[in-house]
Amino acid sequence: MRLENRTQAVEYRDACLKALEQETCRILICGGTGCLAGGSGKLYERFLELAKDTDASVEIGPEIAHLGIHKSGCHGFCEMGPLVRIEPYHYLYLKVQLEDCEEIFRETVLNGRPVQRLMYQQDGRIYPAQEEIPFYAKQTRVVLENCGHIDAEHISAAIAAGAYEGFAKALFTMTPEEIIQVITDSKLRGRGGAGFPTGKKWSQVARQPEKTRYVVCNGDEGDPGAFMDRSIMEGDPHRMIEGMMIAAFATGAQEGYIYVRAEYPLAVERLRLAIRQAEELGMLGDHILGTDFSFHLHINRGAGAFVCGEGSALTGSIEGNRGMPRVKPPRTVEQGLWGKPTVLNNVETYANVPMIILKGADWYKSMGTEGSPGTKAFALTGNVCNTGLIEVPMGTTLREIVFDIGGGIKDGGSFKAVQTGGPSGGCLTEEHLDEPLDFESIKKFGSIIGSGGLVVMDDHTCMVEVARFFMSFTQRESCGKCVPCREGTKRMLEILERIVAGKGVEDDLYTLDEIGNMIKNMALCGLGKSAPLPVLSTMRYFREEYEEHIFEHKCRAGVCSAMQKYIINPDLCKGCTKCARNCPVGAISGTVKEPHHIDTEKCIKCGACMSSCNFKAIYVES
Amino acid sequence: MGKITIDGMEVEFTNEKNLLTIIKKAGIDIPTLCYIDELSTVGDCRLCTVEDEKGRMFASCSEEPRDGMVIFTNTRRLRKYRKLIIELLLSAHCQDCNTCSKNGDCRLQHMARRYGILNVRFSDYRERLPQDHSSPSIIRDPNKCILCGNCVRVCEELEGVGAINFMKRGSEARVTPAFGKTIAETDCVCCGQCRVFCPTGAISIHHHRSWVWDALEDPDLRVVAQVAPAVRVALGDAFGIPEGENVMGKIVNVLHRMGFDEVYDTTYGADLTIVEETKEFLDRLEQGGRLPLLTSCCPAWVKFVGEQFPEFIDNVSTCRSPQGMQSATVKEYFRDPKNNPDGRRTVMVSIMPCTAKKMEKERENSYTKGEKDTDYVITSTELIEMITTAGIDFNSLDPEASDIPFGYGSGGGVIFGVSGGVTEAVLRNLTDGHSKDVLHNIAVSGVRGGSQVREFTVNYKGTDLNICVVSGLARARKVLEDVRAGRKQYHFIEVMACPGGCIMGGGQPIKIGREHVKNRTDGIYRSDKVASVKKCGDNPMVLSLYDGFLKGKEHELLHNSKFCAKNFR
Repeated sequence: MRLENRTQAVEYRDACLKALEQETCRILICGGTGCLAGGSGKLYERFLELAKDTDASVEIGPEIAHLGIHKSGCHGFCEMGPLVRIEPYHYLYLKVQLEDCEEIFRETVLNGRPVQRLMYQQDGRIYPAQEEIPFYAKQTRVVLENCGHIDAEHISAAIAAGAYEGFAKALFTMTPEEIIQVITDSKLRGRGGAGFPTGKKWSQVARQPEKTRYVVCNGDEGDPGAFMDRSIMEGDPHRMIEGMMIAAFATGAQEGYIYVRAEYPLAVERLRLAIRQAEELGMLGDHILGTDFSFHLHINRGAGAFVCGEGSALTGSIEGNRGMPRVKPPRTVEQGLWGKPTVLNNVETYANVPMIILKGADWYKSMGTEGSPGTKAFALTGNVCNTGLIEVPMGTTLREIVFDIGGGIKDGGSFKAVQTGGPSGGCLTEEHLDEPLDFESIKKFGSIIGSGGLVVMDDHTCMVEVARFFMSFTQRESCGKCVPCREGTKRMLEILERIVAGKGVEDDLYTLDEIGNMIKNMALCGLGKSAPLPVLSTMRYFREEYEEHIFEHKCRAGVCSAMQKYIINPDLCKGCTKCARNCPVGAISGTVKEPHHIDTEKCIKCGACMSSCNFKAIYVES
Repeated sequence: MGKITIDGMEVEFTNEKNLLTIIKKAGIDIPTLCYIDELSTVGDCRLCTVEDEKGRMFASCSEEPRDGMVIFTNTRRLRKYRKLIIELLLSAHCQDCNTCSKNGDCRLQHMARRYGILNVRFSDYRERLPQDHSSPSIIRDPNKCILCGNCVRVCEELEGVGAINFMKRGSEARVTPAFGKTIAETDCVCCGQCRVFCPTGAISIHHHRSWVWDALEDPDLRVVAQVAPAVRVALGDAFGIPEGENVMGKIVNVLHRMGFDEVYDTTYGADLTIVEETKEFLDRLEQGGRLPLLTSCCPAWVKFVGEQFPEFIDNVSTCRSPQGMQSATVKEYFRDPKNNPDGRRTVMVSIMPCTAKKMEKERENSYTKGEKDTDYVITSTELIEMITTAGIDFNSLDPEASDIPFGYGSGGGVIFGVSGGVTEAVLRNLTDGHSKDVLHNIAVSGVRGGSQVREFTVNYKGTDLNICVVSGLARARKVLEDVRAGRKQYHFIEVMACPGGCIMGGGQPIKIGREHVKNRTDGIYRSDKVASVKKCGDNPMVLSLYDGFLKGKEHELLHNSKFCAKNFR
């Protein structure tokens, strides 16, 4: 079926809504990558089987009341996956296993009764409805509104939830100039990391004399621990596509490209499906909804280079070239893809657009802060109780995110720092817990919002090791083009490796600082310039840890194995010789029934002795 | 348009494309290893970074000049960072300076001295990679590569070949032919432009020097030199002689001093080429043969056609190159016992501006009577090194005339050294008379000029001849694509692989920039001016040869019996 005009679009939406309302009960099984890995695909099949056994229809029939079983996108509460949500009760079942399906089906689906043991519990209270769970209750889900709540594989579900209404409004009631004005007024800033004003970018493209333009979506989310964009692409692909269509209409583009990293096969699949379904409906392609506006959307899969998230490397990669950033000017808005003016925004930015068009700039500005309005999705990971995908208004404090939404530090540990912006960012510490998170304020502390990864670290995290980890990432992922990034990060990594291996020298701190600042000022692209930030930032806030590693050969977090010393407590050792027999390098000596001794020079810190000791006589000193 | 304050000096600018150009114009030698005006801007080395009054830093090569800018090019921070960058580059470089062909002439070495690097704090982490000696023309040493990408860009942007590119990421990145192939397995045309643009010794010339020295000491050999036109206007660069000055007389002297038995001039071979090529062209024009006729003097271009545009192979002139004609003729001359009473074997050494000539001499069709026409090719650069080795004070040498009968060439032969020269010489041959006016009219027909593609039309006996003169294979590719698609019709296309012609060849002393092209070009045209014979076909020595031993052997000695692009023997 093909929608030929706006009236048909409205009628189609009504039909979708009606069909959805026919579902007396709806099972939404999380089909995000995390839950799929936890086995949610099998849950989906199990529910289908159960439905078949009871003769409950799972087909979408026009007028028959029936049961709906759907694969949704990411619900966000990844810590508790696989997740299953049951409508109309808003129940959210956590950590659902295959054997739980029958009970859920019998109790909830057929009889409307909750299965309490699968519900979220905190401080003795059971939270049946998803929205009441503190993890969700403290969030403002706007971009992620539909993620987890709709079937991610059928356009009808998205349209029932309002997809393409913003586009229809733009197409039929607004001029391209008006659209850009609304986006400019909304002060929407790019969610990819740099926070460039989106409206400004669009108007720069619209102003170019060259009439062939492109709209490109950056879905090459490469920061370790970040998965906001993936969740949107998997859970609500039409929202992002709609944003791209509005951008295309506003800037006069007819072709669009979505650049998705190849490590996101599910996102690619869902996007393909979404594009095909939208094309079949006539929402994409030539003469959309009977107008003169045509827009074709293509998917390009990245080959796994972090640097391809940089604008010019990304467009180069789409063109089939090696993904390497180039010098600017010309900027992407002037000469981007194939040398033509190009709107390049990231997934989350596009996903913000439809609502702004529908609800207006003032509504958007009512959320967030003056300089950074709206909400921001974050991937909350690390040593926090509730890891997952969250969305909060800009300006929310770190404390609210880590403690209220994240539920505090895991296993009773104490908060140490949060790494923001991934390998391009820095860390925020205890002193920043009550600072608002927005583009400006976070920059003051030597970090960036970045694409939105938040890695929470507790006192068992070694900050030098964290810096080493990120540096090894950036060094590996450096494109190798400019000298500061290629050679500088290599040398910084060498020094950090030396320090965590207990071989650091006094000059190392000076050299790290010298190279780090040189890279920050001299590198070619944004990724290079920000590559030393994790090191500079940890050196700024945790310098004493560096010094301890170098001067005292001590790792206070007990992480760096080179600093560890395995010691046998002579009072507890019974001289059973088990540890000596288990030691692969023969570092343990002693006579039977006498306390043994570990030669720390020989010891490779494998821990075999400690795990084999029946008397807990061996301990680690770091 | 506007004014920029550079280090406190107010500097006016007009339409300069970047800040770096303005800084250079202001008399400041801003350091850079990767910026080359003729190529795209990549901003890899970051050395040209400058600082503004707010302490912001940006690379001047890729910064648009704006009126009112205030910049500093030599601050404490900049010196510190530049020094660190050079130190980092040196640390990932093999630093075999003493045994490097670029020793003393290396831009990285120069930078290290300029910024006073006395200590490199980091050790080289890279594994030693083997050198690539597969090409007859160039040697690649990846251990000396600093990844500036100049070679990659010149190969792609100027030569349209793209034989090498970057691979891998981070500190493992390197420049290499695709799939770990050797350079000889690629479509490399051996032009050597990558060597010209390489700041270090990562790409160097495949040397033939020691073989030549050995030959010179062998009493059983008659060692004969031929000197290409372009060599004479560039060799002086190494000895402080004003750029573009013709030093052919000194070259003849020095070669005699070094022990060459005969020193001939390739302009003679060029004259032969023009006589033959004019005949071939008229023959094709009148008999309806394959046109456009493509010149065959440049071996890099010939290889390019063979590999990239095989459908044009029959358009390539069957004429051997001047080097080929000269060598074949000289060797044939000495095969006659009358000319070689002591029965010595002839060894032909050609002194060329070109690295591709080393490849040409290996081609299957560079043999006559089963014998190699040219035994050794040494480039201008190698000759300079030989002169230095011999310790001869080049400057103090008196000029000498080259030997006869193959040492006399016309002005038309000399101008082979510049792009357009072959065409101009053909046009002279096609035109009656040799008055000043006639020659002037040809010179201003469009055949001369600075641009790398020149199209013009001349009338020959009532027929308008469309001619195209190209230098740089990237542009030649476009021209051939236009011809293939029917967008352009030409009768004659002259192509030289090196931008500007042989004067800027891959074996010449390294000079980069338009002003150097101009100096060398002017030198060639001045040499033409002082030549008594201007038309190749008027060279009395050539005419007598056609009446003499060449009779009946024209095809064997002067033409290729079959097209050969690559097949090395």
